[in-house]
Amino acid sequence: MSAHATSTNRFLRIFGGPFGALLALLYAVGVTYLLTLDPRSLLARLLLFSALALIYFIPQRPAVKFLLGALLVLMVVPAVGLRNPFLLEIGFQVAVFATLALGLNVVVGFAGLLDLGYIAFFAVGAYLWAFFGSQQIWHIDEPPGTFTVYATFPFPAWWFWLFIPLGILAAAGMGIILGFPVLRLRGDYLAIVTLGFGEVIRVLANNLDKPINLTNGPQGITPIQRPPLPEFLTNPALLATLSQWAGRPINANDIYGFFFYFLGLLILGVTIIIARRLDRSKLGRSWTAIREDDVAAVAMGVPLRRTKLTAFAIGAAFSGAMGVLYAANRTFVSPETFSLTASISILVMVILGGLGSIPGVVMGAAVVTLLNIDILQSLSLQLSSLRQGADSIPLLGIPWKNLPTQLDPARYQRFFFGLLLILMMIFRPEGMVPAERARLELHEDEGEAILNAEIEGDIAPDEKLAD
Amino acid sequence: MHLRRVNPFKEILRPLGQLLIFIAGSAVVISAITLLLAVLLRPTRSDIDILQVTLVLLPQVLIDGITLGFMYAIIAMGYTMVYGVLEFINFAHGEFVMFGAFAGVELLIWLNAQGVLKTAELGLALVWITLAVLLGMVVAGGLAVTTERLAYRPLRGAPRLVPLIAAIGVSFLLQDTMRFLQSAINGDFYRTFPEFGPFAQRLMLFTVNLDGRPIDVAIQYKAIMLIVFGVVMLVALNYLVNATRLGKAIRSVAQDQKTAALMGIDVNRIIALTFLIGGALGGAAGVLWAFRFTRVDPYMGFIPGLKAFTAAVLGGIGSIVGAMLGGMVLGLLESFSAAYFSIFSRGAFGAEYKDIFAFGILILVLIFRPQGLLGGKTTQKA
Repeated sequence: MSAHATSTNRFLRIFGGPFGALLALLYAVGVTYLLTLDPRSLLARLLLFSALALIYFIPQRPAVKFLLGALLVLMVVPAVGLRNPFLLEIGFQVAVFATLALGLNVVVGFAGLLDLGYIAFFAVGAYLWAFFGSQQIWHIDEPPGTFTVYATFPFPAWWFWLFIPLGILAAAGMGIILGFPVLRLRGDYLAIVTLGFGEVIRVLANNLDKPINLTNGPQGITPIQRPPLPEFLTNPALLATLSQWAGRPINANDIYGFFFYFLGLLILGVTIIIARRLDRSKLGRSWTAIREDDVAAVAMGVPLRRTKLTAFAIGAAFSGAMGVLYAANRTFVSPETFSLTASISILVMVILGGLGSIPGVVMGAAVVTLLNIDILQSLSLQLSSLRQGADSIPLLGIPWKNLPTQLDPARYQRFFFGLLLILMMIFRPEGMVPAERARLELHEDEGEAILNAEIEGDIAPDEKLAD
Repeated sequence: MHLRRVNPFKEILRPLGQLLIFIAGSAVVISAITLLLAVLLRPTRSDIDILQVTLVLLPQVLIDGITLGFMYAIIAMGYTMVYGVLEFINFAHGEFVMFGAFAGVELLIWLNAQGVLKTAELGLALVWITLAVLLGMVVAGGLAVTTERLAYRPLRGAPRLVPLIAAIGVSFLLQDTMRFLQSAINGDFYRTFPEFGPFAQRLMLFTVNLDGRPIDVAIQYKAIMLIVFGVVMLVALNYLVNATRLGKAIRSVAQDQKTAALMGIDVNRIIALTFLIGGALGGAAGVLWAFRFTRVDPYMGFIPGLKAFTAAVLGGIGSIVGAMLGGMVLGLLESFSAAYFSIFSRGAFGAEYKDIFAFGILILVLIFRPQGLLGGKTTQKA
């Protein structure tokens, strides 16, 4: 964190010291006030996100930042979420995708293995619970669309908790299975093979409705059980109180919104801690070594096979857990969710935030998820409401209602992802919140200029070594 | 890619011979394996005679596979040439194919609206198709050069993952750009290849008697055309690379950029020209693809691009002859698995599994022979 203090720009310095902490708090309170005024406003949601980002960047002690962040995430969001459950939904999705991005970051950022089929591991976790947590096991001999939905399930709902560790194991196993054949591949070859692997998993999910019906094909599996809520959360007195606060009736379904939000945050929190510990462990340093130069790493005694396989396994494990959670949250799983676009969107999160940088990746996940499910959707909604009216597009003079529905911004995720990837690669390949090492490597010339100034010599350190 | 003395006549005959050998060789091998499987599986099914069904389908499956193989081979050229000079996988190549396809189809739709297509005889229809292919080449080639200039050139010399990720970005961006253009102009994002000319007619070759059942072996005019286009383009490219000054320059840049620059070759220009040639071939393949499968949409280029890349790797990436072989093998394999997998597995597994076959082969090749079937040295650097 000390590096940030030195690179803090003038604007952020206002937030230093006790006065600055107060200022940040005021900003957070202001945003909260805006959110309570209009819980449905996109602008207010974006301001809330900006407050979180600001808290990360300000020059304060970690404890202060943590306190402020926790205040927003654990108090403000649930409180406003009472009135607008969509906020909790966004929070949950950010947690899911941030965990996925952290997992991919282990593979791509730490170990330097470009994986373009990462969503496959998420699919493994999701389909695992989808199969055992639904009635699919009873329909194994029936083709899709022919069977009835029963009132009971083959397994009790609390098995969900068993399936989180099982999902982790299954995904990690898949990671190792994929890892073995690609151990010898590097760079672009690896990218293509993993992409193919992702497609294979999707094709399988799409077609394994015969000869035995495992995945129910393109129709997907539904209903999937959710874990049972503890008694005290569903008791009518609590629901009545909450309804009073919210000004709308609160039922068990809303409670699930809170439940998944907090569970998602919990898993994300655990993931962040694990990722940080890994980054600084011996294994993490081995990953860095094989990322930078695997021949040299092997020469230094790094076990290449084991190191690469653990990267695949651990990266996959994170998304396995989230897959189980996601299946339970949606109560529905279909192959569409696990497309190549999804894999790439997770890659965009990692690249945007900064390869190898844990805070960066979480922030990248938040930005991309917001873009995906909130900003673009809101734009589409506004466009369709304009289409209802009789107005014309300014300057062009074409009536809004003649605008084809094919032009909805929500359909153009790929456009924004593509643009983001290209621009990031050209102008800021190290990401928004770069990992220290990446920043130094990709801006070598600038780094050297500073070093030169420091050692007061004309020769760059590299050349000195070469002599 | 070594330099040697050139005999222009030989440079046309040699690739023709190679193509013929590749087609015949892979067709014979794959047919033999399939027939063997059919014989082995014959006792498992009592309802139909697998061997007979296999034989009845065989001619059509072979023709389909060969036309598909030509398209993969042409697209694979773009990958393999760019890889040759830059050691970089141009992920967006499939999108050049898609842009070319749209350009050609738009031209034909426009011509159709003018009413000139309906009355076209075979000769005139051929002219229109050739025009569409040429337009596809121009558009895709131009797009490839522009992409190289704007997105790839600034990244030359950056760590290896950087241009690769940018290329994925270009691929996504181009897909949705085309979708946007089509949606804004036509209100929908896909187009259909207009029907015209006598291309659907079949040319009867011969009839075979099988257990008293006559089987007609016929070939569509369409398939003949696709094959002719494919042969012309592959031979022309071979000539260009092996027998011209430009080709020599491309090969020397592929061998060693710095030394080529010292010999007075404008490396940037050669790289741009490589993109132009690769992109143009992709565009032509796109129009042919549209001709064959009739529907074009913004996402059509991705999977063929991936398969063509597989073909390039299969043959040995960086090698033009290898890409021809790889494309042919992959095209035949795909056509065979699409036709027979379902019959052999009693309908349990459908034609959808053909993609899995392609990727499975890619993985097997990379594990056991990463330099590809025809690649000599391992060019793979970290």
